[in-house]
Amino acid sequence: MNSSILLSITTFIYGFAAFLYIFSLVFKKPFFGSLGTWTLLAGISGNSGGLLLRWLESYRLGIGHAPLSNLYESLIFFSLVIVVVYLVVEKIYDNRSIGAFATPLAFLAMAYASLSPNISEKIQPLLPALKSNWLIVHVITCFIGYAAFAIAFGLGIMFLLKQKDSKPGISFLKLFPDLYMIDELSHQMIMFGFLFLSGGIITGAIWANSAWGRYWGWDPKETWSLITWFIYATLLHARFMRGWRGKRLAYLSIIGFLAVLFTYFGVNLLSGLHSYGQ
Amino acid sequence: MKKSKIPDDLINRLWKYFASVKLTVTLLIILALSCIIGTVIPQNESPAAYFFRYGEFFYRAFSALDIFDMYHSWWFQFMVFLLAANIVVCSIDRLSSTWKVIFKKSPSFDIAKLKNSYKEEFTAVHTHGELKTLFMPVLLRLFKYARVEDKENGFVIYAEKGRWTRLGVYAVHLSVVLLLIGGLIGSYFGFDGSVIIPEGKSIKSIILRNTGSDQPLDFEIRCDDFNVTFYESGMPKEYRSGLTILENGKPVLKKDVIVNDPLHYKGINIFQSSYGMLEPEEISLSFTDRKTGSVYRTKTSVGKEIELPETFGKFVLDKYSRAYSFMGHDLGEAFSGMLTPIKGEPVQVILPLKYPGFDKMRKDELIISAEDTQRQYYTGLQITRDPGVPIVYSGFIMMIIGCFIAFFMSHIRFCVEVVKKRGKSIVVIAGISNKNKIGMEAKTKKLAKLLSNKL
Ligand code: HEM
Repeated sequence: MNSSILLSITTFIYGFAAFLYIFSLVFKKPFFGSLGTWTLLAGISGNSGGLLLRWLESYRLGIGHAPLSNLYESLIFFSLVIVVVYLVVEKIYDNRSIGAFATPLAFLAMAYASLSPNISEKIQPLLPALKSNWLIVHVITCFIGYAAFAIAFGLGIMFLLKQKDSKPGISFLKLFPDLYMIDELSHQMIMFGFLFLSGGIITGAIWANSAWGRYWGWDPKETWSLITWFIYATLLHARFMRGWRGKRLAYLSIIGFLAVLFTYFGVNLLSGLHSYGQ
Repeated sequence: MKKSKIPDDLINRLWKYFASVKLTVTLLIILALSCIIGTVIPQNESPAAYFFRYGEFFYRAFSALDIFDMYHSWWFQFMVFLLAANIVVCSIDRLSSTWKVIFKKSPSFDIAKLKNSYKEEFTAVHTHGELKTLFMPVLLRLFKYARVEDKENGFVIYAEKGRWTRLGVYAVHLSVVLLLIGGLIGSYFGFDGSVIIPEGKSIKSIILRNTGSDQPLDFEIRCDDFNVTFYESGMPKEYRSGLTILENGKPVLKKDVIVNDPLHYKGINIFQSSYGMLEPEEISLSFTDRKTGSVYRTKTSVGKEIELPETFGKFVLDKYSRAYSFMGHDLGEAFSGMLTPIKGEPVQVILPLKYPGFDKMRKDELIISAEDTQRQYYTGLQITRDPGVPIVYSGFIMMIIGCFIAFFMSHIRFCVEVVKKRGKSIVVIAGISNKNKIGMEAKTKKLAKLLSNKL
């Protein structure tokens, strides 16, 4: 068994879990929801096992380094964090409807990592600039933040769906937590995400300072993380203004996550870029 | 006294305006949008490149707005300044009321507000005296502060903790100000430059990145040696410069500098940033006669004319380039030279160091090739000084701690009310927190359980 086989299997497990959660929500069959939880737990084992195996494999190749050094590895780690954070939320709030929105994201991240022709699965040696413990802390904190924002994004969509619901009683939206609860929960997720995004930007700055002597250089990736940070700071403050409740915050949370995605993938489309860990 | 009223009013209104969260939200959104512009339009390129890309009209419009160096433009910095003013005014405005809450000797409790929130209730058969002695130790253990107030028909215990967590938000806001101050100090009192040092040589000044001017240092930096190692795939593995710091010609510090592990000396940081080979001073050339196969070798340097044997004429090297581009391919380091045969026209000859057989392509009777001689590396160092860094880093720490407190810790107040009713005591437990209202429900249940278990 090598890591890439294990991770491919995990991709299917996540896909199956996503299917179970959605099925259970749409057809109001709680049993499939709990099956989904167990499937996710199996997925977590495969996901973390795959990452650990990859770590070992890199040592066997004589270029040992933590499996957080390129886009492929970061996507795998991203899925893992989404699933772990989601399961914690599921446990605390005892509601599986959120899973129908969170698990597909984990599945998509894994599938994108394995299937996209632009993403290399090969274990590469580290470039000199990437040999830094700050980089590892940087990647971990960023992706914990992104995962929380991903779940807040799912919650934002749930909020809008539920709010639009005009025919109460006939729809699966009843299984959603009530609007107040979705709003509060997504605020919790965003606070959690904001803490880690701030941590991610800070550790990135410290890494840049130790490698190049500049903690901030306004390159597009840095700037986009700052834009994302501004958007979520806006959201946190907008709650203190009258009229900025519920729906508008849900939209902001969706915009915020789009900014996260752009920071992560889109920046490479801009000219004059710094690609992953240049 | 009517006169002074108007400016007072104006100042008041200005103050209110700067203390408002509405301004914050507006500024944050505008900052986010303008940063997007800065990433879509590449920054700090040459005017010609911009002119070519955007045409004359937009080139002029954008340069008038400083969009090509946006983050240093007056309007961007003005917005950042407004945000800082907003933070400071807002913090001062709110601090006095927060301060009163935090540093009050005996905190006040609003029982109506408390009981308006989520409640837990149970009954007890104990006397009020017994209940007080049962409950107080639990509350004193769990809370920083607890007191009993006797009422007509029973008593109330008030308990609270986490008053100081209300300062978390102030720490976050102060941290933003610290980052800005640190950045400002860095840009006024720091510098950022680079230098190239050949192995064995030393330098005393560097070239600044922004202006291209010289910045003298208080000491000398010598590069003792430079090494680059590669992985099997050809990817660079490590760049390592052995550096020595010299004060008045005497070595005072020696260190190998690699990427991610700079040398710090007297507030100046020295980073590994690039490397290369010096332009060769002397170069070996070989001239092969295609017909006879006889080879003539000689050493020369750029600009020196060589007389070739037989009828081959004269040869002179005229240029060295670090990266010679031939029909779109990078051939790496190469010389170009001019061959002037005794009969016929002069021809240009390209001699890439990596491809000694390259000149065969010319299909001439004479094949010329240049051989690599013993070459010297130079190391490229980035040299910075930023006295703002300690302030920025304390801002970083403060922001993380402040966010943690602001998000996940709260000021919690509980009341435990005991009222006599038909011979029994009814215990009502209710609590409020300044945030995380949902979590309070669980906390109230937990406290109720703890207290009822004491019975
Ligand atoms: C980039 C700048 C800023 C950042 C990163 C920032 C960050 C924060 C954070 C993390 C919170 C806590 C939110 C929560 O508990 O949910 C907060 C709250 C707050 N901020 Fe800011 N802030 C910034 C600028 C400002 C400015 C300029 C003002 C001026 C009006 C302001 C006013 C407030 C207020 C009134 C609160 C609520 C405090 C409370 O809980 O009582 N913020 N800010």
